[in-house]
Amino acid sequence: MNWETVIGLEIHAQLATKSKIFSSSATAYGAAPNAQANLVDLGYPGVLPVLNREAVRMAVKFGLAVGAGISRRSIFARKNYFYPDLPKGYQISQYEKPIVEKGTLEILLEDGSRKTIGITRAHLEEDAGKSLHEDFQGLSGIDLNRAGTPLLEIVSEPDMRSAKEAVAYMKKIHTLVRYLEICDGNMQEGSFRCDANVSVRPFGQEKFGTRCEIKNLNSFRFIEKAINYELARQIELIEGGGKVRQETRLYDPDKGETRALRSKEEANDYRYFPDPDLLPVALDDAFIESARASLPELPDQKAARYVKEFGLSDYDAGLLTASREMGDYYESVVAKLQGQEKLAANWVMGELSGALNKDGLDITASRINPAQLAGLLARIADETISGKIAKEVFEQMWIEGKDADAIIESKGLKQITDTGAIEKVIDEVMAANPKQLADYRSGKDKLFGFFVGQVMKVTGGKANPAQVNELLKQKLAG
Amino acid sequence: MSLTRHDVENIAMLARLAINEAELPVYVDSLSKILNFVEQLNQAETDNVEPMAHPLADQVQRMRADEVLEQDHHEKYQRNAARVEAGLYLVPKVIE
Amino acid sequence: MTELHHQTLSELRAGLRARRFSSVELTKHYLARIERFDSQLNAFITVTAESAVRAAEAADRELETSNAPALTGIPLVHKDIFCTDGVLTTCGSKMLSNFIAPYDATVVERLARAGVVTLGKANMDEFAMGSSNETSFYGPVKNPWDLKKVPGGSSGGSAAAVAARLTPAATGTDTGGSIRQPAALTGLTGLKPTYGRVSRYGMIAFASSLDQAGTLTLTAEDAALLMSAMAGFDARDSTSVDVPVPDYLSALDQPLSGLKIGLLKEFFEKGLDEQSAKLVREALSLYERLGAKLIEVSLPNLPLSVPTYYVVAPAECSSNLSRFDGVRFGHRCDNPSDLLDLYRRSRGEGFGPEVKRRIMTGTYVLSAGYYDAYYLRAQKVRRLIADDFARAFSNVDVLMGPTSPTPAFDIGAKVDDPITMYLNDIYTIGANLAGLPAMSIPCGFAGELPVGLQIIGPHFSEAKLLNVAHGYQRETQWHRRIPKGFI
Repeated sequence: MNWETVIGLEIHAQLATKSKIFSSSATAYGAAPNAQANLVDLGYPGVLPVLNREAVRMAVKFGLAVGAGISRRSIFARKNYFYPDLPKGYQISQYEKPIVEKGTLEILLEDGSRKTIGITRAHLEEDAGKSLHEDFQGLSGIDLNRAGTPLLEIVSEPDMRSAKEAVAYMKKIHTLVRYLEICDGNMQEGSFRCDANVSVRPFGQEKFGTRCEIKNLNSFRFIEKAINYELARQIELIEGGGKVRQETRLYDPDKGETRALRSKEEANDYRYFPDPDLLPVALDDAFIESARASLPELPDQKAARYVKEFGLSDYDAGLLTASREMGDYYESVVAKLQGQEKLAANWVMGELSGALNKDGLDITASRINPAQLAGLLARIADETISGKIAKEVFEQMWIEGKDADAIIESKGLKQITDTGAIEKVIDEVMAANPKQLADYRSGKDKLFGFFVGQVMKVTGGKANPAQVNELLKQKLAG
Repeated sequence: MSLTRHDVENIAMLARLAINEAELPVYVDSLSKILNFVEQLNQAETDNVEPMAHPLADQVQRMRADEVLEQDHHEKYQRNAARVEAGLYLVPKVIE
Repeated sequence: MTELHHQTLSELRAGLRARRFSSVELTKHYLARIERFDSQLNAFITVTAESAVRAAEAADRELETSNAPALTGIPLVHKDIFCTDGVLTTCGSKMLSNFIAPYDATVVERLARAGVVTLGKANMDEFAMGSSNETSFYGPVKNPWDLKKVPGGSSGGSAAAVAARLTPAATGTDTGGSIRQPAALTGLTGLKPTYGRVSRYGMIAFASSLDQAGTLTLTAEDAALLMSAMAGFDARDSTSVDVPVPDYLSALDQPLSGLKIGLLKEFFEKGLDEQSAKLVREALSLYERLGAKLIEVSLPNLPLSVPTYYVVAPAECSSNLSRFDGVRFGHRCDNPSDLLDLYRRSRGEGFGPEVKRRIMTGTYVLSAGYYDAYYLRAQKVRRLIADDFARAFSNVDVLMGPTSPTPAFDIGAKVDDPITMYLNDIYTIGANLAGLPAMSIPCGFAGELPVGLQIIGPHFSEAKLLNVAHGYQRETQWHRRIPKGFI
């Protein structure tokens, strides 16, 4: 049988506020255990939550960016369950009236086609703390620094049909929240993570299959692997006559498999009800419009502009706008290099990205700044150096931090474009290789390359390749 | 509404309350009585009535500025905890 | 000079300011009375004698200056539901029998800033769940008017302490009548302000949408003095309301002629003790003589207030009390075998039977499949009740009726029957559901036991209520009576 995959994602983005959603503790990552957990975060008797305006503003910005309705009146509810990382025994979340209503997001698939993914809702809630499983005489340690960090939970429709689509969607949301500067997107630190709801159904069947929820996926690679593992597991189970059980599963990256959570001994009954400590959140036009006015150019808008203004392909424009910083870098280069937008695009996506990756650097920490890269590319454009030499110069720039011109000058890498000088070298090469010359002239065309190589060798690669070709053709022809 | 022993055991589990055998019938009885008592609410005509979550109808949530105003007081706060080590609250092993 | 403890808070304040006696003398006088009498009453969980004397010494120094705050040197007792920094705060529960609060509740902080000297923490029903002060882990409180009787609850310790003149005044909290009913049963003036008028920050939550802090005093004037310090907006409580606090004292003496009093028809129907009914009617006649008009008012949904309350309050409490899990504070069971065992035994051992009963009731009414039938329906009926009140207040200035269906009853008489116990609050719960301010003032005695008159007003009408209560107290002496054994 042919199986269709159905995937929906719940993405948790920690909002980049300075203080927590309901208390004035810091949200900074990496503090000493419980040093950033105040009485409210600890759920002390008698304390009360007060809402952080910035968290609300960030949620609104996200909603506007995905074309969603913004709820004029949203409600915080309590989700009740007992767990050691949940100090109050309930999580303050939103249930019936979330702040962000239906929206959409377009993703670019590998074949170049586009697909619209529905966003069901996005709501504000508080993050939980962390259980540390290092052994304290057989006990677990609880650190509540993370408790109360604002989260935006972004729930998609079950619109994705492959693990690759799920990854593309998640990457797009990742790009978006960083553009909006509402989340730092740091997946290692858990600032951006997701749960995937995965099911399969026979092609053509309308009804969804039973789904499993895979928890806490915190890298793009794991998501793809976890979903693919889970799909194979479900199909094998069904084809073997079994049934998929609705359950929560955890991905084990070491083993590359998902397993059912052991801690769910009973069916969850979260007993949601409106939190009586918090009142309805009312947003007026002024609040929403001020959030709208603060929106930056969004990735899709930017990519479309690159295609239109710079003549880039959709694919290249997509890559260059994958992060706001990459786009900023690229545009800084282009600003100094009118008419060479494609050249700039190739270099930013190619050499520069490669070098950054190799050194594990973010583009904002690049060893070559946009002005320097533009300086290098200008020397290709004005034919001072060839593309090949430019790569050498780039490497030197990366190591030494000097400008391209200084390196070209000191190493004497300037391209030889003087026709007389090139002709002189060609004459020498022809004189030194009489046999090859004779063979060429008797019809062995392939030897042309040999002569190019010889000329380049003698000039140390500095001769202008186009001129070498041109002149060689004339001279060899005799 | 009359609850069974089993119902009360389930509620007690959901509420994480250990109830001993001797107390159980007392709760079965009193909880059933309470539920019967509150069923008077069915007399009221509540169609089209907006539920009231809060006594002051016109109030909306106030929002505070995003400012960090807290110092680290974890040692003071942890004096009330039964088991603490290295700044962490200790609990029986959490199994996921 | 009149015995110090026979004076009202207002009189003591005047005496302190005239330096007729010092705060240290006053404080030591009350501490001595606590020492002498509390073994009969069990009104206190903690007495903070040393810090009280130190605070009184500081108050005396302040009183030498010209700018001592309004309540400087006045002794006061807090219900043990208010967090007090560095002091045991138990909420009447074994769960918190080892809990030292690391911060002050806003009410505690404001009263301290106004200069009060805290004598200690008053006994109360466990987590404020009770109407007789019999559910306390620290044992029942006795009614000073008859030691075999309950003082009412849940602010029973506060009420008994003030009634026995072991303190001139006390704070309390009222979720379904927990200030007014004990005030009625012990012959005091009890004020539950409008929901949102006094900050809930630092007050250990029972039912968040109903809880409100208030006062137990000898007179309305004393309540006005305390309220001037307690009331007002608090940024730490999202449900605190940012409306200006009026001058409660200057409104006290306004004439009552023309006052429109709504007589709550439903409150005089079956279930009301005859003698209490008679005393309440006499009080109403006095108001008529003072120029008020009586208008009979019907609130058809009010009889549903008790069942509404016993869905809403347990629902909120079941969630509010989930934080007591034996991890960060509070009772933790010995040698838990696993996480589930830690939770179940810590909570099972730490909470008493009434608290467990309410947590389970609340858990049930919120659970899947029952939410709509119980919780949502109760919230709708709550709206109907609030609307009934709003309609009534379009015709009248205040509503009046009895506070409690009977005077104080015997200790142990109702403990085995939760429904009978819950029905004690039949007249008081409505104000909590609608968030309205309400008072109880003494209006006579049924034999040796005091009876309370309840006055309910529209939102933020505390000044009017205090004025109405004060007008009655200028004409009567019920509030001056002292229980025999405590003179």
